[in-house]
Amino acid sequence: MFATKRLSKELIKIKEHLPPGISIVKSDNLEEWQMDIRVLDENPLYLNQIYRLKFTFNNKYPIEPPEVQFIELPTTSETPRPIPIHPHIYSNGIICLDLLSSAGWSPVQTVESVCMSIQSMLTANSRNERPPGDKDFVSYNRRRPRDINFMYDDDNI
Amino acid sequence: MESDEDFMSVGSSPDDFLDTQGSDVESLGDDFGDEFDGGFSKDKDIIATKRKPYEVEFKVLSPEDIERQQNVQINEVSSILGLPPESSAILLRYGRWKREKLIESYMDHPEETLEEAGLGTNFEGTPQTEVVSGFMCEICCEDGDELETYAMRCGHRFCVDCYRHYLAQKIRGEGEAARIECPGTDCHMIVDSKSLGLLVTDDLKERYKALLMRTYVDDKDNLKWCPAPECVYAVDCPIKQRDLRRIVPTVQCDCKHYFCFGCTLNDHQPAPCTLVKMWLKKCEDDSETANWISANTKECPRCHSTIEKNGGCNHMTCRKCKHEFCWMCMGLWSEHGTSWYNCNRYEEKSGSEARTAQARSRESLERYLHYYNRYANHEQSAKLDKDLYLKTEKKMTSLQSQSGLSWIEVQFLDTASQALQQCRQTLKWTYAFAYYLARNNLTEIFEDNQKDLEMAVESLSEMFEKPVPELAQLKVDILDKTAYCNKRRVILLSDTAENLNNGEWSFNVDW
Repeated sequence: MFATKRLSKELIKIKEHLPPGISIVKSDNLEEWQMDIRVLDENPLYLNQIYRLKFTFNNKYPIEPPEVQFIELPTTSETPRPIPIHPHIYSNGIICLDLLSSAGWSPVQTVESVCMSIQSMLTANSRNERPPGDKDFVSYNRRRPRDINFMYDDDNI
Repeated sequence: MESDEDFMSVGSSPDDFLDTQGSDVESLGDDFGDEFDGGFSKDKDIIATKRKPYEVEFKVLSPEDIERQQNVQINEVSSILGLPPESSAILLRYGRWKREKLIESYMDHPEETLEEAGLGTNFEGTPQTEVVSGFMCEICCEDGDELETYAMRCGHRFCVDCYRHYLAQKIRGEGEAARIECPGTDCHMIVDSKSLGLLVTDDLKERYKALLMRTYVDDKDNLKWCPAPECVYAVDCPIKQRDLRRIVPTVQCDCKHYFCFGCTLNDHQPAPCTLVKMWLKKCEDDSETANWISANTKECPRCHSTIEKNGGCNHMTCRKCKHEFCWMCMGLWSEHGTSWYNCNRYEEKSGSEARTAQARSRESLERYLHYYNRYANHEQSAKLDKDLYLKTEKKMTSLQSQSGLSWIEVQFLDTASQALQQCRQTLKWTYAFAYYLARNNLTEIFEDNQKDLEMAVESLSEMFEKPVPELAQLKVDILDKTAYCNKRRVILLSDTAENLNNGEWSFNVDW
């Protein structure tokens, strides 16, 4: 498989070193990994919270982007993981980010660089709101993130 | 500034042919005096003119022509700017093939222009695939000693295999060609055709070429693909979007399909594109509903709500405004006194006033239906004529054997059938056009022309349906009628096109 060698190398590197605020929590196979991220500064929207990202790789990775979304763990769990509030993150965890579309993706991007991009996307945000139409999208959407045609109308984030 | 622009305004200027037209008419006036020029000599004159007032200048391009056109421009820019052809191609695509503007911008700010276009400023060396010792591909993490690698002039090096996968994904998966960027993060260098040629298989190169051709035609305002299914030709026509108020640019592709260069719908002369769009929208929304409303309902005399009487007595109470009236005479119910449920008051004042108001409001609906029904009728008849056309060939064969006429002698049926198609298409759109026309003395002439063409078409259509044995005897009549139909069509279209061009029509809508 095309992705095997690349993902193994990425995994070795990740286990050696990750930037602050990012850690790997699950990598049992080369199809799905889970990462925890937190925001490093004092942004009140995300203070003292840890969020969980799920990466799904298909066999065209890294020519095609991985599928990346936030997943929620209930507040009652040992490690509660909410969905961060952000104008580009739907409440079901789906992220609208140019980098994750085939047009914005570069095969040189890695799991680590994606985590850092999402981390900085949170850091830079000060709006305590969901994307417009969040409620409808969350209740009607049955598609996978990779099949959704997002409009990247906001180039600032 | 822009060469295309200049070329077009000269070539297409509708004043050109109007001028010649005008002088011809004048000279006729001199010869015969004004009162003798009773329209007919003018009509003849129109037919004799080389390009008719409703025709536009255009050229059909084959895929080879399109490729040649691109190459000519690429080589030109390449020699002017001293850049390699594959880079000039990227520059031209970035500038949407506006050559003069591009050269100017390059002369003023060469580095910014190159950067913006995705070319970079380094033109040294010729990128080749090569083995680089100690190299590891950033995409697949392979690092063998034999690993073939490639980097464009930006220096971002990847193994040939990953490059190939990446390009295949872009071309086949995403249909991208003109703006495939280097796989490196944040590198906006565009993959050029030379690099692509080194890296991908032949079938992908073909696809790449086809996609580039598509963007070329899409980028150029003076080019449009023929919309006929499976047709590979494009049409080059200098008519601009802003000209569409005055011109209806029908073109004919080499595949025989007639279409409007302005909106790519089927030929819709004499109606201008905007009116066609309005009309189609209206028909889509209204016609069925409007027919039913007209047949089954009346309006409340006070608030004009549409009311369907679904049973019961004549005493109506409008749900909306509570107005009480009589369904029969439309008069006030209160005036009916004791003669309830038995209306014999048709001539009373209140009733007749209500009916007049109602009639006025219904008029617009009836007016629409008048035009719509005629429009739809020609559409339907054209379809029937088309079925007939398919049978024409059969007819022609059997006519040959029954009458002893040669193949060339029975071609008149084919000609007649084509004339029928074309005239019906025109007639159909005259009704949509007329719907939006405000009355003036020109509309009278228009309606006369419309009527003449319609009568000619119907009588030709009738002859055309005659059984085969009679057709041979009718040959001369059919030939005459065909010629007459075509002539009437030319006259109608010329007249309408000239008035449109001169802004002589007034319309009952803003567009």
